[in-house]
Amino acid sequence: MSDIKENKQPPRVNGRPPKGARVPMKFDKKTIKRMLSYMKPFLPQLILVFVCILVTVVASVSSSLFLGTLIDDYIMPLVGADNPDYGGLLGALCGMGALFAAGALSALFYSRIMAAVSQGVLKKIRDEMFSHMQSLPINYFDTHTHGDIMSFYTNDADAMQQMLSQSIPQVINSGITIIAVFCSMLSLSVWLTLTVVVFLALILFITAKIAGKSGKYFMAQQHSTADMNGYIEEMINGQRVVKMFCREENAKADFGVKNVDLCENTCKANAYANILMPINNCLGYFLYVILAIIGGTLAINEIPNVACFAVNVLSLGSIASFLQLSRSFTGPIGQVSQQLNSVAMAMAGAERIFSLLDEQSEVDNGYVTLVNAKRGADGELVETEERTGLWAWKHPHSADGSVTYTELMGNVVLDDVDFGYVPEKIVLHNIDIYAEPGQKVAFVGATGAGKTTITNLINRFYDIADGKIRYDGININKIKKDDLRRSLGVVLQDVNLFTGTVMDNLRFGKPDATDEECIAAAKLANADGFIRMLPEGYNTVLTGGGSGLSQGQRQLISIARAAVADPPVMILDEATSSIDTRTEAIVQAGMDALMKGRTVFVIAHRLSTVKNSDVIMVLEQGRIIERGSHEKLIAEKGQYYRLYTGAFELE
Amino acid sequence: MIKTLVKCIRDATFPAILTPVFVLAESLIEVSIPSVMANLIDEGITVGDMNSVIKYGIILIIQTLGALFFGATAGYTASRASSRFARNLRADMYAHIQEYSFSNIDKFSPASLVTRLTTDVQRVQMSFQMITRIVFRAPAMLIFAFVFAFRTDHQLSLIFVCVIPFLAVVLALIIKTAFPIFNKTFVAYDDLNEVVEENVHGIRVVKNFVQEKSEINKFRKVSERIFSLFTKAEKTVAYNAPAMQVSVYACIIAISWLGAQAIIASGNVEGMGLTTGGLMSLFTYTMQILMSLMMLSMIFVMLTMSKASADRVVEVLNEKSDINDGERNLTEVKDGSIEFKNVSFKYFKTAESNALDHIDLKINSGETIGIIGGTGSSKSTLVSMIPRLYDTSEGEVLVGGENVRDYNIEALRNNVAMVLQKNVLFSGTIYENIRWGDENASDEEVQKVCRLACADDFIQSFPDKYDTYIEQGGTNVSGGQKQRLCIARALLKKPKILILDDSTSAVDTKTDAMIRKAFRDEIPNTTKIIIAQRVSSVCDADKIIILDNGKIVDFGNHDELYANSEIYREIYDSQTKGAEEDE
Repeated sequence: MSDIKENKQPPRVNGRPPKGARVPMKFDKKTIKRMLSYMKPFLPQLILVFVCILVTVVASVSSSLFLGTLIDDYIMPLVGADNPDYGGLLGALCGMGALFAAGALSALFYSRIMAAVSQGVLKKIRDEMFSHMQSLPINYFDTHTHGDIMSFYTNDADAMQQMLSQSIPQVINSGITIIAVFCSMLSLSVWLTLTVVVFLALILFITAKIAGKSGKYFMAQQHSTADMNGYIEEMINGQRVVKMFCREENAKADFGVKNVDLCENTCKANAYANILMPINNCLGYFLYVILAIIGGTLAINEIPNVACFAVNVLSLGSIASFLQLSRSFTGPIGQVSQQLNSVAMAMAGAERIFSLLDEQSEVDNGYVTLVNAKRGADGELVETEERTGLWAWKHPHSADGSVTYTELMGNVVLDDVDFGYVPEKIVLHNIDIYAEPGQKVAFVGATGAGKTTITNLINRFYDIADGKIRYDGININKIKKDDLRRSLGVVLQDVNLFTGTVMDNLRFGKPDATDEECIAAAKLANADGFIRMLPEGYNTVLTGGGSGLSQGQRQLISIARAAVADPPVMILDEATSSIDTRTEAIVQAGMDALMKGRTVFVIAHRLSTVKNSDVIMVLEQGRIIERGSHEKLIAEKGQYYRLYTGAFELE
Repeated sequence: MIKTLVKCIRDATFPAILTPVFVLAESLIEVSIPSVMANLIDEGITVGDMNSVIKYGIILIIQTLGALFFGATAGYTASRASSRFARNLRADMYAHIQEYSFSNIDKFSPASLVTRLTTDVQRVQMSFQMITRIVFRAPAMLIFAFVFAFRTDHQLSLIFVCVIPFLAVVLALIIKTAFPIFNKTFVAYDDLNEVVEENVHGIRVVKNFVQEKSEINKFRKVSERIFSLFTKAEKTVAYNAPAMQVSVYACIIAISWLGAQAIIASGNVEGMGLTTGGLMSLFTYTMQILMSLMMLSMIFVMLTMSKASADRVVEVLNEKSDINDGERNLTEVKDGSIEFKNVSFKYFKTAESNALDHIDLKINSGETIGIIGGTGSSKSTLVSMIPRLYDTSEGEVLVGGENVRDYNIEALRNNVAMVLQKNVLFSGTIYENIRWGDENASDEEVQKVCRLACADDFIQSFPDKYDTYIEQGGTNVSGGQKQRLCIARALLKKPKILILDDSTSAVDTKTDAMIRKAFRDEIPNTTKIIIAQRVSSVCDADKIIILDNGKIVDFGNHDELYANSEIYREIYDSQTKGAEEDE
């Protein structure tokens, strides 16, 4: 029965739209504001960065302008001179050298600051995301696929990082450059600047056209990639079956079709992207030639040149400078348009990350806490710091300010409980359960009958719609969730082990447990034997959720893990489903020892597992239809009897 | 590694060769542009000759158009070549995976294979495109620009000889320092993803054990490590741009100083030495030369980064299937008899203990054999030897009197149908799924095997009956229904040997018994091997094998075993006692 996985997920209510449905180029003001708020602590650094970028840009623009000055002021006047005086040139070069040095240093400075800032912002967001995720109610994990949640940390965070560490400095840099170059151009010649502006419009128009084409095929490529991913995933997961049925050739043929499709779309998408650069280059040169012709005409015909500060005749040096400037004008524009895409992606990622951060945390209004206690002289419970093994519920009463202590016993009562994952659809109806301390209560029923749901109500993964659940006589809504859960142990069908040693995993629920306690628990669960056979015994590091272990072995570890935590109430949800009956029989002794003195809720497919329960609840469509001991239910010859005699299939 | 990858170029060869040719043409033109621009300034603007301006302007535009033509064509051919290359890679990888034996498949997780086929191939593709375009362009530009600069002015171009090595060394140092840190960062990222994944999957466990805080601390530690590593790496890379700028600025100042003197000496007359136009083109060459150097370093970084992906791709391609058709390539399986002769098997050569330990076993054609044993007693391993999913480490397995290694694998597996424990249905209709067993089977044949496997009843209850669409992974049928569909699919092969590996665990006992009865009545000549946890599934078999720790501890029919085998009695009693008492 091992490979029957119960699908407990309620319908997705607010799932994320599938990938590809991304809305490009959407800049939400709120999102931008919020992202900026993460950068606020770094304001001094950011101001410094801005200043540094300014210096860098000034240096780089000056280098273009310098050519004009060099030719006009320092070379042309000296041409033909017998004893040229290079003093002026030397001075100018020294000045430029200083400016250049400042520019290069500033560039180094701001890149290094930005590295720390962007990584710092990212770390903060990541940490916040994870902490917040831990506080979310189970319902969130039900309604979002694991892949979606993972992609917050991978794709979305990556996009943000790209933007913070590259796009933002790049855009600022390019922006300042464009402004600086534009001003410089105006200072040289308004006519030529106008020519540049007209040409710029043309460049932008063509770029947008091609980028649009490329984008279209890029989407098609994403689409074929997704299609192919889905196919590969399904086929590779079923690869053993493919081999068994010798279907290799069919698989190759189907794959071939999708492969060619992807190839075509990729080719077109990349081709358009590749062509963009040569076209931009070409237009840049066109602009150069046109400027040279117009500039030349202006200069030769001595047409009055209108510059920002003066009206004069365009000098040769000015044309040279202008031509150089025009080259450094088209570059940044291309860069900005390239960055726009990644900024848009980062904004979309940020929006998703913020939507995670905005999810409502699990609400906990509980005020009853679990404390260590000892018996006072008169048998009264007294709170104590040390671990006594005796636990008590500390119940402060707001009415009179008094505090009462109730011993932790493990008495669980469900009184006329109704529940629905969504308010409109009640899935559990009028559930009444009375579990005395030390009793074993079993749930039996088909998939979807509500067995696991009931246990999820006891540990308050979900809150009930109506009715009451009392734990040792206290309404569980009054108990702090952490303390409530600490008093409950669970062993689930799908075992989740964590990266770390076997010992770390056993200690998961009680970090201060000694090695001896853990080994004793492992022995109890009959896990000691195989653990000792692992390469490093208890110190063997488990990776990938314990992928090296069999499902049965993992279940044994998870039983031992619950035993280490030593809670008064245990929930065993298909805890032994992957253990064969013979091993189960051996583990049974351990399980019995584990269950002894505890209130236990058992869910099992295998009726032999639940037979010896004090009370068995047979569930059907969210209602308890039969209840009683094994003998009583068999005698009643109802649903349980039919199940037990094999006349009815559970799945 | 390169050799394996080169084999996949195939029909990408032509565009892959054309690309550098076009790229070279493009760079050559681009490098010749500055000298034309110089002429335009010297002969046109300086002397006020509008005709020259227009003449050189036209030459420039022609050159530009040429550059555009070659550049755009190269862009297209590069994309064509790289996408074809990627397509070939994927096709080869996928075809190769199809040849994998089970032990090959065990080595790679499905998730890792999917990543290799998609993300990794994509990275290799981008690198390939870069190689065809920029790897040729950058050095070509570097050399051409240098040659042109040299032609413009011999002495001034010596400046480059000093600056190029400087920049090259600095860039190399940056790469050398940053690269190992980046590698560490990627490992840290994997750790981070693992923590997140474990927590997303195990959120119920975390919450139940109230370990949110300790998990947050665990995450913070990894997050902190990424922060410090990444910051360090980026701070190192931050030297890149300034190093470039320092080189460019140094060239500009040196060229200005020396150039100015040269122009003045020549009187700015062409033929006498350097001119203002020449000076301008030298500035352009400076940018071209140093930018190419920068590009080269970038390519180097990208290539090294994509090397990891290439390695993973090559790993898939070079994985040798360890199970191939036998030399004798027998295509006829005589009957369903099976014999194990002193068979031992271990999954890894280095494993200490055998998964199967000196198994001797003889099964006659047509017999029904039950196998029971505890978790890890190697039940599945034992039967995997029969369709040769794995090769024995020692001893031999005979099917129909011949060693399984002598058969053509397809023939063997068509005659030995095995319903796997972890079975999979594929997205498609029930008809399509069942026909995996035999593509040419008629509707009637499909329905017949479904009746045999007791699947017809529930299929008929679906609105679309046999045309019901099964979702990926068979999520829209119950576990028991899925198992019965898988049995029907195997039956359609009309095998001589049918192996059910715990394939009726989710089927109720009554239906289970009906299926076994159908086997007995309808396919009496097929050898049937049934692995089960439920003793009732095997107790009426001709013989039952009791496995423990890879050894056959008992072999016989129910009565014999009940009398002699302690383990069997224990299992039998534990599972049936209750029921008998109540009846």
